[in-house]
Amino acid sequence: MEISIQGKCMTVFLDGEIDHHTAAPIRKQIDGEIDRLKPKLLVLDFGGVTFMDSSGVGLVMGRYRSVSACGGKVEAVNLPPRLYQIMKLSGLEKIAGLRMAGERP
Amino acid sequence: MRKQPLNRFTLTFESRSANESFARLAASGFAAQLDPTVEELCDIKTAVSEAVTNCIVHAYPDGLGEIRLIGEIFAGGLVRFRVKDKGRGIEDIALAMQPLYSGLGGERAGLGFAVMESFCDRVSVRSKPGRGTCVTLEKQIQGKLVGGDG
Ligand SMILES: Nc1ncnc2c1ncn2[C@@H]1O[C@H](COP(=O)(O)OP(=O)(O)OP(=O)(O)O)[C@@H](O)[C@H]1O
Ligand SMILES: [Mg+2]
Repeated sequence: MEISIQGKCMTVFLDGEIDHHTAAPIRKQIDGEIDRLKPKLLVLDFGGVTFMDSSGVGLVMGRYRSVSACGGKVEAVNLPPRLYQIMKLSGLEKIAGLRMAGERP
Repeated sequence: MRKQPLNRFTLTFESRSANESFARLAASGFAAQLDPTVEELCDIKTAVSEAVTNCIVHAYPDGLGEIRLIGEIFAGGLVRFRVKDKGRGIEDIALAMQPLYSGLGGERAGLGFAVMESFCDRVSVRSKPGRGTCVTLEKQIQGKLVGGDG
């Protein structure tokens, strides 16, 4: 995982497998940066994610809560088709911008 | 008439979160003998991951317990997995299976059963409060021969 910061925009490049087990340390690291930066935009890039279950949706929802509390927005981008399908099941697009791999804003 | 499986395995493991990836890899490894597509294997991994995670998170919320994963293959390419725990059980199964319902909230989206249902052909749940839960997942493998992804 890599985090890049440009002004008040924070981009997290997620990789590997996201399940309940791996989500815990990912969450901790992202939340530390959110606390520090109070970003206006948090971009979660799923391009490098090889597996994800509903824990990934929880990860986005949880970050939405903390970022929107400070008036910021959340986007999940570069979603492989399967991950996009899982995110859609949750109606997440109502609170966060969802973009498939290769899709422009 | 109950059909006999052509092949079967049983795996018993502790409800540690590190076993989530172990369980889904075991399930997909077993299903691989049906020559499924990559998509079908991913469906199985995702559904089994949901069911096993539920045992770890909900069945045994404050301690370790035993989880049993049973896999069966039937003639015609049907694969069935059962995920059993002896944990706290589910009071209202219909409510628990509703999309976006979570008994926990917080980081849980309440999407596990919805994901299982969208990636399997059949999902059924038996549960007794205080006694445990058994989730059955069934998937018909079409495989690479029948118009898969190559
Ligand atoms: N094995 C189990 N033992 C006890 N309760 C369970 C079990 N599996 C599911 N439940 C109950 O059913 C509810 C719904 O499960 P589901 O997987 O759909 O959502 P979740 O686990 O709460 O959230 P998510 O799966 O999105 O992280 C759970 O919140 C829990 O109350
Ligand atoms: Mg769940």
